[in-house]
Amino acid sequence: MQFDQLLQYSLSGLSTGAIYALIGIGFSIIYNATGIINFAQGEFVMLGGMFTLLFLETFKLPLWAAIPCAIAASTVAGMLFERLAIRPLRQPTPINLVIITIGGSILIRGLSMLAWGKDTHAIPPFSGDDPISIAGATILPQHLWILAITILIVFVNRFYFYHTISGKAMRACSYNRRAAGLVGIDVRRMVLFSFIISSAMGAVAGIIVAPLTMTAYDVGVMLGLKGFCAAIIGGMSSGMATVVGGLLLGVLESLGAGLISSGYKDAIAFIILLLILFIRPQGLFGKAESERV
Amino acid sequence: MLEVSGITQIFGGVTALEDVSFSINRGEITGVIGPNGAGKTTLFNIISGIYTQTSGRVFLNGREISGLPPEKLAHLKMVRTFQNIELFGGMTVLENVMVGLHTRSSSGLLACSLRMPWSRVEESGIREAAMKWLEFTGITDLADMTAGNLPFGKGRMLEIARALAVEPEIILMDEPAAGLNSQETLGLARLIRQIRDLGITVVLVEHDMELVMDICERIVVLNLGRKLAEGSPREIQDNPEVIAAYLGDE
Repeated sequence: MQFDQLLQYSLSGLSTGAIYALIGIGFSIIYNATGIINFAQGEFVMLGGMFTLLFLETFKLPLWAAIPCAIAASTVAGMLFERLAIRPLRQPTPINLVIITIGGSILIRGLSMLAWGKDTHAIPPFSGDDPISIAGATILPQHLWILAITILIVFVNRFYFYHTISGKAMRACSYNRRAAGLVGIDVRRMVLFSFIISSAMGAVAGIIVAPLTMTAYDVGVMLGLKGFCAAIIGGMSSGMATVVGGLLLGVLESLGAGLISSGYKDAIAFIILLLILFIRPQGLFGKAESERV
Repeated sequence: MLEVSGITQIFGGVTALEDVSFSINRGEITGVIGPNGAGKTTLFNIISGIYTQTSGRVFLNGREISGLPPEKLAHLKMVRTFQNIELFGGMTVLENVMVGLHTRSSSGLLACSLRMPWSRVEESGIREAAMKWLEFTGITDLADMTAGNLPFGKGRMLEIARALAVEPEIILMDEPAAGLNSQETLGLARLIRQIRDLGITVVLVEHDMELVMDICERIVVLNLGRKLAEGSPREIQDNPEVIAAYLGDE
């Protein structure tokens, strides 16, 4: 085993891990605001890529314009999903809501298949595809884009949740929804907000990864599950723990694929998921929760 | 100020409240007392929008508030606290109070999150106002502590500070003295008077008779879901029906 090979696997693992982290944060934000796992999260990742393609090829927009349009379109889809599928429920129990999100994801996937077919599509990389060599390993410019955009989003996210009143109100909802209502926070609006933020973040993840892995109507399933896995490792935190979870997952997956067999790539992620759920369901870094009555 | 008119609440086959009516005067401290199971907390949950009553109406300043969700009531300047304090456990003490102030912030949530510089300025004002309420309840030194780690008595003070930050005209307190030691209860009595002196109407459900008789200007007694009596502490203490309800008949 050579050092440059290890470095190569780790670097490509980090960039896939960054994608998982973004998707995982999307899961966490919705979970914290509503207590549900939004299994449609992966579909917004898919929509990000597919909408970019739509704006690029059908509307002939340049890439720099197609991307914001695609993010906006996916965000609108996220809003509609919350308004039409989540909010109308009269007595929302977590299990009902989770099943609705699964149904929603199947619906979104089906509609996408009808609209764009079953083919795999490519989005051009943001700035060429001349490899850059780092200490014997090579990476693509797109890998750097992924890392940079992820870091930026994580910081903006953190700023929002800790330094704006609206972000604090959202955190308040996650700690105690009843008390949040009592101090005048409109919890339902916060739920809508959480869907908006999560679908936008999911779309960004889908767009920045598409030049590397291509996109198709069904990429959301696997990416969504990997993001879910990152969120579980991070203990459903919408902050650093999930980012670390995503990066860890990406690197382990990439090392496993490189050193053992690429056939086990997905299995590794799910073994980690199961181990965490069995051994540390509160996440790798979380404290076990207890409630005083 | 607050008027409760003909409230009946039926849970399955149990009538928790039956035709309860009373009104609460502005600027007074009113106590709602009664033996266990009298329906005090149910009544509070109806007034504060957590339950919707089977029948009857609640008015705040002449406006009907029956069925309004808690966040709307906060905007109408009515807040409440809980017997088992309800805090935002993972946030700091100061942040808990700042969230209480968010209803007051002039910019909407969206504007607030989009226009960063402006919302930051607003936040510094909110921080100062929040500190003022921590000072009022005497927990300034705990400002940076995580709310979930507070001892019970301090947690209650924080819950009150957060409720006051909404700048209510009326505050409902569900057993504020529950779980407090005698020293803390004395401090609570002083605090409740100070709240009243700010012009805020106080309504409390309480088991601690000494506290109720000491600070309340008017008392409503519930028993088995009905209103038994209403009056000044002296009238209540001398009311034979109330004595019977508490000590048993005969």
